[in-house]
Amino acid sequence: MKNKTRKGANSSYFGDILESIKTLSEGLWLTLKHIFQATKRRDSSYVSDKNYFDQKTGLVTLQYPYESIPVPDNGRYRLHNEIDDCIVCDKCAKICPVDCITIESIKATEEIGKTSDGTSKRLYAPTFDIDLAKCCYCGLCTTVCPTECLTMTKAYDFSEVDVGNFIYKFADMTWEEAEQKRKEIEAVNAQKEAAKAAAKAAAIEEKVEGETIQEAKPAGAKPAFKPKIRSANPANSPTNPTDEDITNSAQGTENTAKQEKPTVAKPVFKPKIRPVITEAQTKQPDENADISPESNTTTSSESKPAAPRPVFKPKIRPNASVENTEKSIAPVENTAEEKKSQDDEAAEEKKPAAAKPIFRPKIRPIKPQGGKTEE
Amino acid sequence: MIAIPVYLSLVLITLIVIFYFERKVPAFIQDRLGPMEAGKYGIIQALADVLKLIQKEDIVPTAADRVLFLAAPFVIFLAVFAGFAVLPLNATFIGSSLYAGVFFIMTIISIDVIGLLMAGWGSNSKFSLFGAMRSVAQIISYEIPFGISVLCVVVIAQSLDLQEISYQQGIWINNYKEGSQEINYLFGLKALGINVTGVGGILTWNIVRMPFLFIAYVIFFIATLAECNRAPFDLPEAESEIVGGYHTEYSGFRFAIFFLAEYGMMLLVSLLGAVLFLGSWNTPFPNIGGLRLAEWTTGEPGTLSNYIWGSFWVISKAFIAMLLQVWVRWTYPRLRVDQLMHLCWKVLTPFGLFLLLLCCIWRLLMI
Repeated sequence: MKNKTRKGANSSYFGDILESIKTLSEGLWLTLKHIFQATKRRDSSYVSDKNYFDQKTGLVTLQYPYESIPVPDNGRYRLHNEIDDCIVCDKCAKICPVDCITIESIKATEEIGKTSDGTSKRLYAPTFDIDLAKCCYCGLCTTVCPTECLTMTKAYDFSEVDVGNFIYKFADMTWEEAEQKRKEIEAVNAQKEAAKAAAKAAAIEEKVEGETIQEAKPAGAKPAFKPKIRSANPANSPTNPTDEDITNSAQGTENTAKQEKPTVAKPVFKPKIRPVITEAQTKQPDENADISPESNTTTSSESKPAAPRPVFKPKIRPNASVENTEKSIAPVENTAEEKKSQDDEAAEEKKPAAAKPIFRPKIRPIKPQGGKTEE
Repeated sequence: MIAIPVYLSLVLITLIVIFYFERKVPAFIQDRLGPMEAGKYGIIQALADVLKLIQKEDIVPTAADRVLFLAAPFVIFLAVFAGFAVLPLNATFIGSSLYAGVFFIMTIISIDVIGLLMAGWGSNSKFSLFGAMRSVAQIISYEIPFGISVLCVVVIAQSLDLQEISYQQGIWINNYKEGSQEINYLFGLKALGINVTGVGGILTWNIVRMPFLFIAYVIFFIATLAECNRAPFDLPEAESEIVGGYHTEYSGFRFAIFFLAEYGMMLLVSLLGAVLFLGSWNTPFPNIGGLRLAEWTTGEPGTLSNYIWGSFWVISKAFIAMLLQVWVRWTYPRLRVDQLMHLCWKVLTPFGLFLLLLCCIWRLLMI
């Protein structure tokens, strides 16, 4: 007998025919069995189900919209942002590798409210768009979100006909509300600027007076040969930088300061012959602390111990000096008074001036509704 | 005259039905569902496909031979459709009762080769030409075993008339010609002496009258699969090898005509097989003593009962043969062209010739 163990090994004429008849009928029988097994359908259980692999025969198709395999709860699909918990820190927009998150923020004039985990919210978000068509579902934005307001949900079937409908807008401010908030913060900033301007003016007056006082003191020392190239440069008041640190959007004052500074470029030639440094002089080198590096180095070398650069002044809350806060409350109205008080308390003001309080105007919103502040 | 609309509607209805099975049966074989959306369980999927094809643009390639290209599908369809003229649906309904019905059907089917060549050459495309050449080679090769297996039946039946062959396979054997006194013996062996003329049923079918006709039927089945260009012999129109073969360049309505021609050919050869081998419009139920089942379920020729029963039986048998074709299509892989030729010339033809000899000897034993 011929070798029949290997398929196709039998290559004689009749053996070939017999083998093909046998294998053909095996094939037919196999497909017939499958036809008869077609009454069973699979059930829609997930992979983690115990009996996922139990069904060996039957149809395996699930008719999608009517039946589907369940998605586990930690499925990483469509993004969702709880806008109430968002502190508009912009971390998600920055880390997104495809730049699909667009955030626009407006600074609030005071704390709006707290998120569900206690973080305070200080920014409004008139725009928080995530373009889910661009999103690559990497999850980086959910990782960096500090309040965990941005999460990946298990919704994966959100097809759209128009690709523009994939831009999901999570912000819930109307355009009018956003405009209102912008106006508020601009008003506050304008007030700050005005206060700064007033403070600078007052500071300059005070400096002038301080200089006179200064000159009186070092009589016994070297002749204080100081050409007074003091023009009206309120930009050099030491009170500016602290305020500048605080307010990001108070660019007006910075601009004005910078604008005025070129006019003060003269004092490069000032002989920096300083007598014994007293408290009264702490203010002086501040005004000499111009942009020019020479003057800065000399003044800093001379006036280091007593005159800390105004930029680095710590933001000491003026617990002691209630007067300054009072002054700062209504700066627009009371500039005259401010100046007076500054003049009067030149010496005392050095410390409080050094410890300029953080400018916190308590301006109530223009419109009576304060709904946004509670959010 | 009414044969044309009857057969045309038969072809179309059968097309729709077999098309549904052609989608569902392979789906179940492959453990999937098949069409489910178009209508309940996908019943009107065929209608949706036909509507789609009708609405498509009729593209004619610029470099194509226009006359050949445009006429080819219709030539094929007409050749196939003309073959229906000589097939009996019941004892009295036949389009054309030719004495040489078998001969006619075999020759008219061969004309679709011309249509194929027209399609392949006229498309002016390499794939089409390859497909057409292969198809032509395949069809004219497989006409040999096809003809031989049909000839086996003709030898047993002593007639080329399909209606007469149909009558001989049932209890009404002596109703066709006046004064005929034919006797059907069990297994056709007069020597056994068992007269089953009055019994009828499956015992008088040709595959039982001469049992080796079963092998002839298998040869017939394989050969007609190749004639239809059906898998596993569908190299001429294999999608993965030569795109579409001879119907690559066709779209829309003309493609629908090719489709219709292919399924029409399936129906034709299945009907022919049923008529020649499986008892035609005769019932499979025998007359068991007092229960004249064969008479009841065949009906007297000429009566309404016969119209209904006869048509039912022959169409059911053809339908089963078509299901078998679908089943075979989705079970076996495609044959390579040399394997195809080997099968035809080296297996089917020798076996066919041997069977022909056997049938001739058998006929001598029947008298």
